[in-house]
Amino acid sequence: MISARIGKLALAATAAWGMAFSAAHAADITFWTWRQEDKAAYTELFGDFTKANPDIHVKIEAFDPANYATILSTALAAGHGGDVLHTRAYGALETFAKAGYLLALDPKAVPELANLPADALASETLRADGKVYSLSFASQTLGVFINKDVFAKAGVQPPATWDAFLAACKALKAKGVIPLANGTATAWMDEVMASVFINPFLGPQFVADIQSGKASFEDKRYTAALGRLLELRDYMPPGFTGVDYATSQQLFLTGRAAMFAGGSFEIANFRKQNPKLNMDFIAPPAPSAGAPRYVSKFYDGGYAVNAKSAHQADALKLVRYMGTPAYGTKFAALLGNISPIKGVVINDPLLAEVAKLNETSMPYIMAVYFRFDSPTGSELLQSGLQKMMGGSATPEQVGADITKGVSRYYKPFQK
Amino acid sequence: MKPAASRRGAAAARRRGLWIGFLLAPALLVMTLFVAWPLASAFRYAFYAFNGLAASHFIGLENFRAVLFEPPYSAWTLRALAHNAIVFVALMLVQNGLAYLIAFALLKALPGHRVHQVIVFLPVVLSAVIVGFLWKLFLHPLFGLVNQALMAVGLAAHPWLGDGNTALGSIIFTNAWHWMGFPALIFLAAMQRVPREVMEAARIDGATDRALLGAIIWPLVAPATTIIFTLTFIGSFNWFELPYVMAGLDGSPGGATDVLGLYFYRTAFGSTSAGLQDFGHGSALAVLMFIFLAVVSGLALRVLRRREIEL
Repeated sequence: MISARIGKLALAATAAWGMAFSAAHAADITFWTWRQEDKAAYTELFGDFTKANPDIHVKIEAFDPANYATILSTALAAGHGGDVLHTRAYGALETFAKAGYLLALDPKAVPELANLPADALASETLRADGKVYSLSFASQTLGVFINKDVFAKAGVQPPATWDAFLAACKALKAKGVIPLANGTATAWMDEVMASVFINPFLGPQFVADIQSGKASFEDKRYTAALGRLLELRDYMPPGFTGVDYATSQQLFLTGRAAMFAGGSFEIANFRKQNPKLNMDFIAPPAPSAGAPRYVSKFYDGGYAVNAKSAHQADALKLVRYMGTPAYGTKFAALLGNISPIKGVVINDPLLAEVAKLNETSMPYIMAVYFRFDSPTGSELLQSGLQKMMGGSATPEQVGADITKGVSRYYKPFQK
Repeated sequence: MKPAASRRGAAAARRRGLWIGFLLAPALLVMTLFVAWPLASAFRYAFYAFNGLAASHFIGLENFRAVLFEPPYSAWTLRALAHNAIVFVALMLVQNGLAYLIAFALLKALPGHRVHQVIVFLPVVLSAVIVGFLWKLFLHPLFGLVNQALMAVGLAAHPWLGDGNTALGSIIFTNAWHWMGFPALIFLAAMQRVPREVMEAARIDGATDRALLGAIIWPLVAPATTIIFTLTFIGSFNWFELPYVMAGLDGSPGGATDVLGLYFYRTAFGSTSAGLQDFGHGSALAVLMFIFLAVVSGLALRVLRRREIEL
């Protein structure tokens, strides 16, 4: 009697599970991402997509950012993984595309690729075959965050030149404020900070010379620009070599520090953590009055289609939708990021300022050109910067180490 | 034996064999899937070139040559290995040396020794991640307990984990704080096994604590030393959690805390904001670490076992 009842229950449960499973999977595609904090925004964005495509439902699976690449590569190697994938750009994209894990996006099948600027397309292109494998989702801009209230209280104006910057730092320090929140304990943030301050000294000509092989990182322009960073040490937090990224953020958010050299990717997070923060995002100081104040720009990553997806047509539909100005406009509004799609309307005043700063931008050099092979330029620079700021290496040694390291694969330096 | 009884015996042995097989199977399956298979894969990948993330073709010992002899990898490998060696020597001297003395103090069964025994062992039960995070906060240059205490007594604050000269030492200290209770307990157990009459005879002959520790107890706790030496050796050369939590994947600052575990992980799986995933070099490093640990541990065990004395 009891066993018959258990049997019936088991049968009913199995049938219900089977029905639920088939219902859930009839037209479900999955989106894999490392942006756990953006899940709500993506749910809303994909809701719009499903309204227009009632047969396709998108399930979001978000993973730990630090392990995302490992999780994704393991899944793809086994022939699994999401149908649509959040991918990184440049070299990190190439490792996936080269392995054949991603579907090449044909401009005929994804005409929305025409909505993207050339540098965005380049960031998602496999250099070996010239094909685009992912649709860029955001550009990031590196510059200087300033706490307007702290500046006003100290009676200091936001600086436009390097000398004015140092003078402002001195004045802020005299008022008991930490001028620059950045520490150097988190290696990748050192590269961000360095790029913010040295790019205006380098200028686009240096980038062109690096690409042609006319200059290396031992070039006087580069080492002199690195040397400028040493002048900032007096204005960074006490014990800055032990101050990590999280602490730097908190110093700025709580008003203990007046400035933070960082990326536009911080805007949404800063607002969330301290909605009352009266902040601005400005271009880094120019080497001299009237010289261009270049911000550094790079693309974060894109949306790609799994080459082994069983729902490729639906996945492509989703990627096409994510390349439309309507999507880009809502994406920018919900996530506080700059969508690179042409025709996107940015209503947020701070983001609009960032978009304006992008008109005078330079590439974030190591990420854009030197993260395709090992050892990457970023690995060498980040480690070198920590040593240099800690006093155990000179700018010349850092420049020489980077040049020697990347010469292993970078043809222009092998001449 | 009668044939019927013999058949019954054989059947029982078969049943027993089946049972043992049945009980071993899950563990064997798990070990094969999650230990043996990845090890074999790493060994295979170490001999392959990679096209992005997929193995492309067999390249013999090329990956090994690169990580051992080609700059900058060779310098990084050597630096990481040297740091592991420093960690091992420091832990043997500081952590295990202190543990030996503490074990002796506990052996004396002074008043309150039971409480102290618990206190000494307590940090061992905490996870390395918690301990690392805790000490990272304690050593924080701005808000950390250590610097606050130093400043309270008029000393200068110091960025312990940010200075290349003190970063590795700070993490070694944390490891010693975390783990000292374990060797202390092993030494204590070994000391308690030393026959009372041996100790008393030594005392009657006028042996001081120092003589007792050096000439009587030390040779008699040799089996415990063998275990502690081997575990410390393997732990030091597989060191990962503490430096990862306290210094990050890059072995900050500027590689001052880089050890083989971090270097391997960073090479194989990539650091999101700096490096790429490089399974070929990563696997070569893993294989080299495995061979080094297996050979040295094996040799050390042989040598140390020879000095063990049976009473």
